[in-house]
Amino acid sequence: MWQAQVFVTFKRGVLDPQGEAIRGALGALGFDGVEQVRTGKYMQVRLRAADEAEVRRRVDEMCRRLLANPVIEEYRFDLAPAGEAGK
Amino acid sequence: MTAMKFGIVVFPGSNCDADAYEAVRLLGAGARYIWHEERSLGDTDCVILPGGFSYGDYLRAGAIARFAPVMAAVERHAGRGGLVLGICNGFQILLEAGMLPGAMRRNESLRFECRPTCLRVERTDLPFTSLCQPGQVLQVPVAHAEGNYFLGKSELQALEDAGQVVFRYVTPAGAEGPGANPNGSVNNIAGIVNAAGNVLGMMPHPERVVEPLLGGSDGRLILGSIIASWQGGARSA
Repeated sequence: MWQAQVFVTFKRGVLDPQGEAIRGALGALGFDGVEQVRTGKYMQVRLRAADEAEVRRRVDEMCRRLLANPVIEEYRFDLAPAGEAGK
Repeated sequence: MTAMKFGIVVFPGSNCDADAYEAVRLLGAGARYIWHEERSLGDTDCVILPGGFSYGDYLRAGAIARFAPVMAAVERHAGRGGLVLGICNGFQILLEAGMLPGAMRRNESLRFECRPTCLRVERTDLPFTSLCQPGQVLQVPVAHAEGNYFLGKSELQALEDAGQVVFRYVTPAGAEGPGANPNGSVNNIAGIVNAAGNVLGMMPHPERVVEPLLGGSDGRLILGSIIASWQGGARSA
């Protein structure tokens, strides 16, 4: 069993209105010097696969076909062996 | 003359399906609902992907709906030149399915924008706008949180050059400018069509303005154009 930690973020140059709002709120709280906040999505995917190469190939395809929208988003992921049960 | 038949796709979470159904029937067309698990559109002449929150907008608006079984049939229908109209969530689904270029971001205001907007008709040679005058301003309401249309610079230029922008947010006088665009979409884009001219996606809701009692009837021009074009001999399928 493997676990993938998938991070989906907006591409550089794509406006992130939520990030902008958070940046403003941080300023209102008195956090100075915050130049930018970018939001994104974090997903954990647990899957079975023969080896790491196969996990990498399948998770990459998941990202391309569903988890990220290539028009506005980019993605990266980390892989680690995972136990059979638990969370 | 047999009536044109609309097929209105119903996803879990669609909530403008009944409005679309009633609107096209009011204009004299036939209509039926098509459940998202169906694999055939039957004798549908024009498919409507209605507004709503298909699959709860999980992941991204439209991202899950595009994999519904019915979407393969919708793509075949479009590939044969059949008419497809995606309204609001339906537009988002068409983008996620790659049937139209681009993607939707959260509204610039971060609010759910629910209000009348003015749209300038940029093309009248389409089955969706044949009853409109060039440059005509229509009042049609929007109701969405993710209608902030985005397309990269070079592709956006190609879209504009190909004349695929059909509706733009404008002031009542027909000018582009601050305040007219409810969501921050690039080039004030409210609706676009595919290169072949048979698949239209738009964020505003024409089905909500088909009777003066409901606040306006400009939606009749868009839905009526589809029916008039079909009656005019475009019934190719």
